[in-house]
Amino acid sequence: MNPPKPSAPAPAPAPAPAPAAEHARARASKTVAQAVAGVAGVLALWLGATGAMLWATLAPDERSQAATLLGPRAALLLLAATVLLAALAWAVPRLHRRWVLAPALLADQARVLLGSDSAPDLPTQAGADLQGLAQTLNLLVAQRRQLRADVAQQVQLASREIEQERNRLAALMSELSQAVVVCNLDGRVLLYNASARAEFRALSQAPALADGAELIGLGRSIYTVFDRRLVAHALEQIDQRHRAGQTSPTAQFLTSTPGGQLLRVQMAPVRAAEAIEAGGAGGAGGAAPPVNGFVLMLANITLEFEQASVRDGLLLGLTEGSRASLGNLTAAVEMLEYPDLDTAQRERFQAVVRDELALMRQRIQDLAARTSQSLVTRWPLEDMLGADLVAAAQRRIDAMPGLRAAASTVDATLWLRVDSFSLLQALAYLAGRLADEYGITMVELRLTAAPTASTAPAAALLPGATAGPATHAHLDLIWTGQAMSTETVMGWEADAMRSGSGASPLTVREVVQRHGGEFWFERERVRHQAFFRFLLPVADAARGVLAAAAAPVQLAPHDSRPEYYDFDLFKHTGLSGALDDRRLDALSYTVFDTETTGLEPAKGDQILQIGATRLVNGKLRRQESFEQLVDPQRDIPAAGIPIHGITPAMVRGQPVIAAVLPAFHAFAQDTVLVAHNAAFDMRFLQLQEAATGLRFDQPVLDTLLLSAVVHPAQPSHRLEDIAGRLGVAVLGRHTALGDALVTAEVFLRLIPLLAEQGIHTLGQAREAAQRTYYARVSY
Amino acid sequence: MSASILIADDEPNILISLEFLLKRAGYNVSLARDGQQALDAILRDRPALVLLDVMMPIKTGFEVCQAVRADDTLNGTRILMLSAKGRDTDLAKGLALGADAYMTKPFSTRELVQKVQDMLATPR
Repeated sequence: MNPPKPSAPAPAPAPAPAPAAEHARARASKTVAQAVAGVAGVLALWLGATGAMLWATLAPDERSQAATLLGPRAALLLLAATVLLAALAWAVPRLHRRWVLAPALLADQARVLLGSDSAPDLPTQAGADLQGLAQTLNLLVAQRRQLRADVAQQVQLASREIEQERNRLAALMSELSQAVVVCNLDGRVLLYNASARAEFRALSQAPALADGAELIGLGRSIYTVFDRRLVAHALEQIDQRHRAGQTSPTAQFLTSTPGGQLLRVQMAPVRAAEAIEAGGAGGAGGAAPPVNGFVLMLANITLEFEQASVRDGLLLGLTEGSRASLGNLTAAVEMLEYPDLDTAQRERFQAVVRDELALMRQRIQDLAARTSQSLVTRWPLEDMLGADLVAAAQRRIDAMPGLRAAASTVDATLWLRVDSFSLLQALAYLAGRLADEYGITMVELRLTAAPTASTAPAAALLPGATAGPATHAHLDLIWTGQAMSTETVMGWEADAMRSGSGASPLTVREVVQRHGGEFWFERERVRHQAFFRFLLPVADAARGVLAAAAAPVQLAPHDSRPEYYDFDLFKHTGLSGALDDRRLDALSYTVFDTETTGLEPAKGDQILQIGATRLVNGKLRRQESFEQLVDPQRDIPAAGIPIHGITPAMVRGQPVIAAVLPAFHAFAQDTVLVAHNAAFDMRFLQLQEAATGLRFDQPVLDTLLLSAVVHPAQPSHRLEDIAGRLGVAVLGRHTALGDALVTAEVFLRLIPLLAEQGIHTLGQAREAAQRTYYARVSY
Repeated sequence: MSASILIADDEPNILISLEFLLKRAGYNVSLARDGQQALDAILRDRPALVLLDVMMPIKTGFEVCQAVRADDTLNGTRILMLSAKGRDTDLAKGLALGADAYMTKPFSTRELVQKVQDMLATPR
């Protein structure tokens, strides 16, 4: 996300004035001398010829007369000729300077201006006619300079706006709770957000290992998750709807994943910008602007679907069960109305009535118990760290005049499922009324887990509460002060909230209902304290973990925002053509490193850790990384521990290589592998092929060999040394991921250096690497 | 001679009332407590009319109805389906499978008797 450079033309190299002027002067004096000599010669010739012609027409006596007439005055003639020569010598250089040199100089200077805006203006002290020309040229140059500056400014403005829009979009995306993925027509991911990452983590077959990064990543194919035909079908539907006249058609499909999850996917097309402009006036009637990508909005509805099924079942049970019972009751009651029943008959019908009533009571009770969780809350709630909610409430109350809020006990581990906006409003409203009506100036906020079945007396049990983690939390607004009647303060619950900032038609009771919670008032006589208590639902444990995991995705501290998008990939259609012919900067790479028990895989050394990161479209994708410790199922030689820092205790309980490799294989699919001294790491991977059946048969590039291609004279091609040469900061060396990241940075810097040597494609790079000396050393 | 009616329902609480009601109305009443019993009774006794509950064990009312209509010798058997399934789709299915009428629980006993009389009055 570098700001684009203003597109002002690069300044042309400034002319070196001193030597050029000297050279011009020398050349000028030479031509002037030649000119003077020439003119003199022509005049002498002309005189000679005229004299000769005159002489030829004279008679012999006239010739002698002329000789006697001119002979004694020859000196005078010579003098006149000398004067003429002197006049010529004086006039020609001046004329030359004025009519030849000055325009040439002006042309030279004007030519300099042609190439550069920063060159000085033309001198205007020349003759009057040239002065006008120079001034006009200067004006033209000034005009051009202004125009260029305007254009540059506009370009800068426009790119700043684009930049801002992109930032806004990225911010929006990362905050969105809806999972969004944008793909180009090849199904390559151009953008995704944190929610999408979380969804894919839930879909991953090996969530603990690859963390979903083997499924989603920039440049990865969405077709590893969805059937290509489903997507094609949806695109077709969109096309049909567009043709039928819908202005912005979308399509939706449901799909289940291999793991049994149910996904609802909504698709909207992304159309080429130029086509929208061109076809804008034509509207829906015109030809469909070409689609060059699509937006997918994903929702995992597995849980929702299950809940809906349960709800439907309950509802059906309620209606049909009740119908049957009511039928029986109706019939029995109507029979009882016959006056001629004997006692036994009457007793039988009354028994039916009692029986059916008991059944219906039971049915309603069961239903109430089972639906208290799922039926009550329909309002969309969000997961929020309880401590964050308390902090927000504290700020809100502090901002009210004459009120201070403090946090007393806050359980930092509690994740709540709340509508934070209305809840904060309710807290501020209650604090405000306490201040207004009872002069309270200080309130406290407290957040604790509500007791569950295992800890609470039976009477305090919540409906549906079971032993285990808390299902509800207590959020208390506490104050110290005079006694007040329960009726008075509880009356506030039903009043519309009118807090300092703005009135709301909502009541506290409605806010509580939204949460499927409860609200009451309690007194602690001993401490002269009273509090309002909100009973609020706690976030689902699994969801809480997801939310917690999704938050700190920003692995790299220097990236303020994770790079979840790369719109340049839009241009990246047509992955056709052999890999070897593709440009190095257009490929996707998995850069990896392994830590091992030793250096000899053939003698039983094993992988201890695999770390990998991705390079897509010439950028390092730190947040799409892979790091996993591996149980080597053998001892770890003590000699290696100081190097890789992996102790037997660290690998205890970790998955074995047969479990890790499938995840890594999926992570690396569809990419070129890059490693430093790749032959070594590849040897370890290849030795596992027989056991796992997984072949890493994609092309491999080795930064050690490529460094030797670029800097053949350097004595060392150790990773640290190359990194130092290329200006890559080395952090966290000798963890697998740390090394992989350094290798990736090194590789990125090697690409332009290779290009300088005419090595542009993957095939060229592999060939060049094979030719280096180091390539002949084998493991 | 009074017409014979078979009541097929797995809920004894409704059987008590219907049996009393229809006997009182002067019909010859027999009972069945599941779908199989009902079908056997129909084949054996050839009742003029069957009150058939949809939700029964072994064979559902739908299945019994279908079996009866598949048998040409049972052509004259009138079928009144009784069901707690109140959706339009259930009603449509019952009538499509050959029921002559469909009543949704709860129903008024007076209406039921009226319905039975009407159905027996019209030849099938």
